[in-house]
Amino acid sequence: MPTSIDTASLEITLSGVHKWYGQYHALDDINLSIAPREKVVICGPSGSGKSTLIRCVNRLEAHQQGRIVVGGVEVGEDERKVDAIRREVGMVFQQFNLFPHLTILENCILAPMWVKRIPRAQATEIAMDYLNRVRIPEQANKYPGQLSGGQQQRVAIARALCMNPKVMLFDEPTSALDPEMVKEVLDTMVSLANEGMTMVCVTHEMGFARQVADRVIFMDQGRIVEEGEPDEFFAHPKTDRASLFLSQLLH
Amino acid sequence: MIGRMILTYPDAARRTGTFLLLALITLMVYSLGVSPAWIGMVLPTSSEWLAANPALGRLVSAVMIAVIAALNWKALRQLPRHWQITGVWLELFVLLMIFFYSFNLSFAFIAKKISFLISQGVVTTLYISVISIAVATVIALLGAIAKLSRNGVIYGLATFYTSLFRGLPLLMQIYIIYLGLPQVGYVISAVPAGILALSLCYGAYMTEIFRAGIESIPRGQSEGATALGLSPSQTMGLVILPQAMRVIIPPTGNQFIAMLKDSSLISVVGVWELMYLARTQGQTEFRHIEMLITASMIYWILSIGLEFIQSRIEARFGRFNVR
Ligand SMILES: Nc1ncnc2c1ncn2[C@@H]1O[C@H](COP(=O)(O)OP(=O)(O)OP(=O)(O)O)[C@@H](O)[C@H]1O
Ligand SMILES: [Mg+2]
Repeated sequence: MPTSIDTASLEITLSGVHKWYGQYHALDDINLSIAPREKVVICGPSGSGKSTLIRCVNRLEAHQQGRIVVGGVEVGEDERKVDAIRREVGMVFQQFNLFPHLTILENCILAPMWVKRIPRAQATEIAMDYLNRVRIPEQANKYPGQLSGGQQQRVAIARALCMNPKVMLFDEPTSALDPEMVKEVLDTMVSLANEGMTMVCVTHEMGFARQVADRVIFMDQGRIVEEGEPDEFFAHPKTDRASLFLSQLLH
Repeated sequence: MIGRMILTYPDAARRTGTFLLLALITLMVYSLGVSPAWIGMVLPTSSEWLAANPALGRLVSAVMIAVIAALNWKALRQLPRHWQITGVWLELFVLLMIFFYSFNLSFAFIAKKISFLISQGVVTTLYISVISIAVATVIALLGAIAKLSRNGVIYGLATFYTSLFRGLPLLMQIYIIYLGLPQVGYVISAVPAGILALSLCYGAYMTEIFRAGIESIPRGQSEGATALGLSPSQTMGLVILPQAMRVIIPPTGNQFIAMLKDSSLISVVGVWELMYLARTQGQTEFRHIEMLITASMIYWILSIGLEFIQSRIEARFGRFNVR
């Protein structure tokens, strides 16, 4: 099994993945394959294992059974393989997780400089390019605490993009935001999708799912219960659990 | 009833309160048995009367002290805050100096000895403290990381270390290291033994401070760094520690100041640091107090220096929190 990642057509495959927190069975036989450039939205009730699933992909959590393969490299004990995968897989968190002691620009150039050994000048150039794309270049020298939630989340997206990942994982990126800031973050994600990024998003934003997702995956109690095209899934969910969940989401 | 009266007659209530407070201070000073001799010094003509009426003299002295304190309070209240602080410092400092002056110190003796106290004592104290502080910081960092480790062996080592060295009196540790290590075949001289004891002891205390500081950083910070591909040591050094510093620095500054003074314990194994010299230099001419007070003042000045350095470092690491 190679350590170098096939970046040209990076595919993610989970087969028979199980994960337990102590006795609690958090992921129960997950089988899922995500093609290059595909956009997948994961939804489901709280505690169903959505975060756990995507956190297993870049090994923020370790699965105990089954295989996860990213671009031909298996996620497992081997630190070097995990490092290689993390370089290609960016992640955006619900709570942003920006580094409050660093400026926006420093947040963006930290990983390129220390992980990829890119010189500061060049890293700065790349970072400013992405800050432009998320439309906040003028905030570059402020600290995260000085920005609004929506701006912080856009910085978090830019920070991940500075590593030039092939896949982006989003864990409820808009759930911690005030309603009026949700749109600016979703717009950023839509334009990223339009550029052809492979995306796995845990989100309950149905509008976003309809607009960009190729596939919606519905989870409950650690299992993938249903999957399908967004229009089909939202209009005619096949399982009772999914329709119950969707009816609660609408009210 | 009383509450009603306070509400209806606020002015009268305030005056009564002030009067009661004055009476209380007077009573305290009186019952402490403060001698009225100072009135005689300020006002020499009154000394005969004081000698004739000792009890009354004490009462008068107590009342005067209470009144002076009250007037002083009123006067200071008129000033802006900044000058209030300066005023309080100046007054208390003068009182302290008067207190020392009352020992009838020989300043000539102090002047004769002070340069040796500084060139030998302060230099030794400082260099032992600085090395110990540096080593203790490194130990504390390693200890904290070990205490947060999932590896049971490392965790066990760290907890045993902190438990032992926080549990034994520092004086014991100095003796055990200086006298005990030669028993197992490692002869150690006094200064390294002292540095070792201070470093290990304060390293143990500071391990807890560092651990608490590191734990105070939300888990999302290390997850964010890990997801970006930073290694565990890069995550610690670039993301966690710089933030933890804000929590770590104030109690660490405290520890440094405490260590500076605890370095005086090393005098028991005959190191010529400040405390040792303070105890021995006065002996020949029976001028113990002179040396002890001088050394105390030097310790205080050194502590103030550390406080100053601490506030500068705090300002530096607190920067990002300013909105
Ligand atoms: N570190 C942990 N230790 C123990 N149990 C955990 C841990 N992390 C998650 N769990 C449990 O695993 C289950 C799945 O958690 P997960 O965070 O993946 O759910 P989720 O679908 O993302 O929910 P939400 O919508 O609330 O974010 C939950 O029941 C949770 O209590
Ligand atoms: Mg979640």
